[in-house]
Formats: sequence, structure tokens, C-alpha cells
Amino acid sequence: MAGTTIARDPVRARARRRSRDRSTRAGYAFLSPWLIGFLGLTAGPMIASLYLSFTDYNLFTAPTFIGLENYQRLLTDSNFLQAAKVTALYVVFGTPVKLAAALAVAMLLHNSRRGQGFYRSAYYLPSLIGGSVSIAIVWKAMFIDEGIVARIGEVFGAAPAADGGWVGDPGRTLPMLILLTVWQFGAPMVIFLAGLKQVPTELYEAAEVDGAGPVRRFWNVTVPLLSPVLFFNLLLETIHAFQIFNSAFIISNGSGGPAQSTLFYTLYLYFRGFRDFQMGYASAMAWVLVLVVGLVSLLLFRSSKSWVHYSGDDK
Amino acid sequence: MSQTPAPAAPRADHQQSVRLRRRAEARRTGGSILFHAFALAVVVVILYPAVWMLMSSFKESSEIVGSVSLAPTGGGFENYAKALEGIGGISFWTFVCNSLILAVGSVVGILLSCSFAAYAFARVRFRGRNLFFVCMIATMLLPFHVVIIPQYIVFNELGMINTYWPLLLGKFLATDAFFVFLMIQFIRGLPRELDEAAVIDGAGHPRIFFSIILPLMKPALVTSAIFAFIWSWNDFFGPLLYLKEPGMYTMPLALRLYVDQTSTSDYGAQMAMAILSLLPVLLFFFAFQRQLVGGVATQGLKG
Repeated sequence: MAGTTIARDPVRARARRRSRDRSTRAGYAFLSPWLIGFLGLTAGPMIASLYLSFTDYNLFTAPTFIGLENYQRLLTDSNFLQAAKVTALYVVFGTPVKLAAALAVAMLLHNSRRGQGFYRSAYYLPSLIGGSVSIAIVWKAMFIDEGIVARIGEVFGAAPAADGGWVGDPGRTLPMLILLTVWQFGAPMVIFLAGLKQVPTELYEAAEVDGAGPVRRFWNVTVPLLSPVLFFNLLLETIHAFQIFNSAFIISNGSGGPAQSTLFYTLYLYFRGFRDFQMGYASAMAWVLVLVVGLVSLLLFRSSKSWVHYSGDDK
Repeated sequence: MSQTPAPAAPRADHQQSVRLRRRAEARRTGGSILFHAFALAVVVVILYPAVWMLMSSFKESSEIVGSVSLAPTGGGFENYAKALEGIGGISFWTFVCNSLILAVGSVVGILLSCSFAAYAFARVRFRGRNLFFVCMIATMLLPFHVVIIPQYIVFNELGMINTYWPLLLGKFLATDAFFVFLMIQFIRGLPRELDEAAVIDGAGHPRIFFSIILPLMKPALVTSAIFAFIWSWNDFFGPLLYLKEPGMYTMPLALRLYVDQTSTSDYGAQMAMAILSLLPVLLFFFAFQRQLVGGVATQGLKG
């Protein structure tokens, strides 16, 4: 009612329109740096790389259109298939282990008030430095030859590593890199802790009064109430894991070896694009990565409808 | 205990909950020693690589690989002296300066451009805002590899390879959506009455932003600045793509060059150099751990 009278009042309507115009102008003015960046550095390049993925381009002669040939070649490129396999194994094994560690430690810390701040910070530190070149070098030194990991392993009766230690053993480089990502469980743990703080203690007390043990309390109270946070962590960590580069590059000395065991997707993309200057082929690889990450995200979103509960959902 | 029947029921309830809580507390103190023993053991395992790195930097190279022990063997500061000598005639401090230029440039660019964008998204109503917001969130999930090839081609055409432009331009154009999102969340938490009062006083959006919102955003700006600095300092892929001349190298690139050039057995100097290149990050961590961990907790930022 009030709205219609205002709309019919020409003076007020004009004032409103003027204020809306001013607001729009201000909005675009404030947004302009982001908008220029979005169009010029994200949306534009995305379209350009989509076009390039249908061409043969080496940076020095003009691109020639070759249709789907790059994509067809991907399917028979054994290096590409190896890169896809290594990356998939890394995502599938690294992410759940990392999140399980993060959740377990978060639940442990959540119950203790004393010292929580100290432990939280100490556990978080690896997340801050884990992606750096420094840590990759340290990791390599720890796992190389008769390095300290091999020594400790021998104490526990593990078979001695091949020549070059874990770093030189194609069967052990992936576990070594998975250990490096699990070591960085601190960031998702901090997010889990923040989520656990939102779970009302009355629910646990009520469950305890009803005779639910710790296991049932975990599955019936913690997991459903924490599921939005769990979903958020799972999505971000999965997308993140697809893009591993620094540690694999440093540990393999920029080779993806030994025996291509650390030839991760982004490493191979880098080789094709910036070592061999096959920009078309590398663009096709980049778009396949976008599609795969998009598909995995979509599947996670779809599946989330059945296991993620937002508070006030099921009334 | 209570004679009046009316409040008896809630009080009995209360007593039971007190009893339950006490029992839980007793169990907790019992388990508390166990908890701290376990938590400290995890700390030891977690920090072992970092401490091992630090201790190794004081050891002689021959005694690093294969040594589980943390005790230094009298290598002293030799390794650091070697690391500080620089690489191939380029001073160590050149790399520090290069990294600093990029890190400080990133911080300035991100604080400016992202706070503008965040204000637009959080406080200004305009046509297309929701669409752009979705685009902004989508860029957070997008693997950046899909844009680097065309970007590289354009920067190459413009003759900007081996300059800092490709590494800084995006920071001034708010391409790091994480920071925009962090600031949006913060601005949304500020009371709207402040803006409305300013509007009544005749203030437009620029004045509301600069004299009301921006000063109040300080905590979000501090958190963003710390993360921006650390991420820029640790960045390896960007400099690897665009910096070709060793004189332009940042610390991570220099570190990699150093590892490539020194004989593989000179781990002592490598560890010293690794420590030196992590030092600013560690200092930031010890000085601002609260803001860092708090930033992760509220925004779900990746470290």
C-alpha cells in the first residue's frame, strides 16, 4: 500500500530514482578495480585459453586452428594419463586423511580449555609454511638416501629404502608428499574448532542424559551439526589438492621424477606450456582441469544435500 | 532442600545438571594429564621437521642427513656465513629486497582494491551486484592455471617478462577474492545504523567509506595484510613464470637456485638459507598468531 502511493507520487519517485542512480554510480566506482581485474585478468583470459585450446600455438608464430586435436591427443598421451593418475591418487588419499586428522585433533582440543590456544597455534604453524620452497627442501633432506625417515623406519622394521631413499623410490614419493599435506592439517583443524564452538553444549548433555555413549554422540550430534563446516573443508581442500605444485617441483628437482611418480597435473601443464611452449596443448590441459574440478565440486554440492544439515533445516 | 513446591522441579533439574557437569569435570581432570601428554606428543611430532631444520642449519653438512639427533655438532654459524655470501655474485640482500618490494606492493594493492570491492558488495545497492558477487565467489574456486597462459602471452607481448608488473597488477585489481570475501564478512558485521546516520547527515558513499567503514575495518585489514605479505613472500609459481634474471629473483627462487648450484651434499648451507627465507614468515607468525588463527577460524582462509 505504502509502496504504491510512493510509486505514484512523481516527486518522490524521481527522488528515489535519483538516489538509486547515485547508488549505482558509487557501486560501480568502488567495484571498478575488481571489475577491471575480473574482466581483464580472469574472464577474458578464460575465454582466450578456451580458444587457444583449439589451436596450435608456440608463442612465436600465429596460432593455427586445429579443432579438437589437442583434446584427442590428451587421451593418448601417456604422460598426461600418468599426471592425471598421480594427481587423482593424491587427492583421493591425501584429502580424507588430512581432514580426518584435522577433525580428530579438533575434537580433542575442543574439550580442553587449558592450553587450547597454544596447541592451536602450534598445530597451525605447518599450514603457514608447508607450501614454501624451504619446507620442500627440508622434506627432501629428511627423506633422502639414508635420511632420518629411513633410519626411523628401520627401527620399526621397515624395509630399507632403495637407492636415494624415499625421494629416489617411485613407490614412496607419493606417500611422502601425502605426508607433507597431512602435516598441514592445522588450517582445516582451526575451522573445525570454530565449528565445534557453535554446537550447543546442551545437546551433548541431553544426549548424555539419554544414555548416548561417546561414539553415538559423535555420529548423532557432532557430525550432523558440523556437516556444513565439514563440507566447506572438504570442498576447499579437494580443490586445493588438485593444484599441488611447489613441493613436487622442488622435491623432484623440477623433473616430476623419479619415473614420473611426482608428475602432478600442474607440473605437466607447466612443462608443456612454459618449457615446450605448447600453449594450445597446455590450454587444453587447463580447461580439462577446470572441468574436472567443476565436476567434482558439483558432485560434492549434489551429495551435500543428503548429508549436510543446516540448522533449522529439518523442522 | 527447598520447602516451596513450585520452584522445586526446576531446581531438582538444575541439581541434576550440576551433578552431571561435576562428574564430567572430574572425568575431565582425570583425563587432563593424558590429554596434555598426547597433545604435547603431537606438538613434538608436528614441530620436529621445523626444529630439525633449525638445528641442521648449525651442523656440518656431513652430519645432517641420517641424523635423528637435534643437537648441533659445532658447525656454528659457518652455514649462515656461507648462505649470506649470495649466489653467483648477487648479494643475498638483493633477493631479500626483491621479495620485500613484491610483498609490500602486494599488501598495499590488496588492501586498497579489496576494501573498495568489499564495500561495494557489502554496502552499496546497485544493479548487477548479485551477479558479480557470484562471479567473485566462483573465482575463489577456479584453478588459476586456466588464466596463466593467456596472461603470460599478453605480458610477453607487452614486454613485461622479467619485471614485477605481472606479479603486482592483479593485486591492485582485487583478483585475490579471498581477501574481498574476508572484508565483506567483516563489513556485514558492522552496524548499519552508522551508515544511516551518516546518510541523514548528508554523507555520500565515498565519505561513508573513508571516514566510517575504513577506520572500523582495521582488524580485517590487519589480518589481510599479514596473509598478503606471507603469501607473497612464499609465492613460488608466479616468480618462476615471470622472473628470468637472477638479479630479479625473490627468496624462494634464489633458494631453489642455491640448491641447484651447491653440491647436493651441502645441506648445512641449504638449511641455513631455508631458515633465512622463512624467517619473516616465522616472525609474523609469532607476532600475529592470534590474528592469523582467528582469520582462518572466521573466514576459512587457507594458510
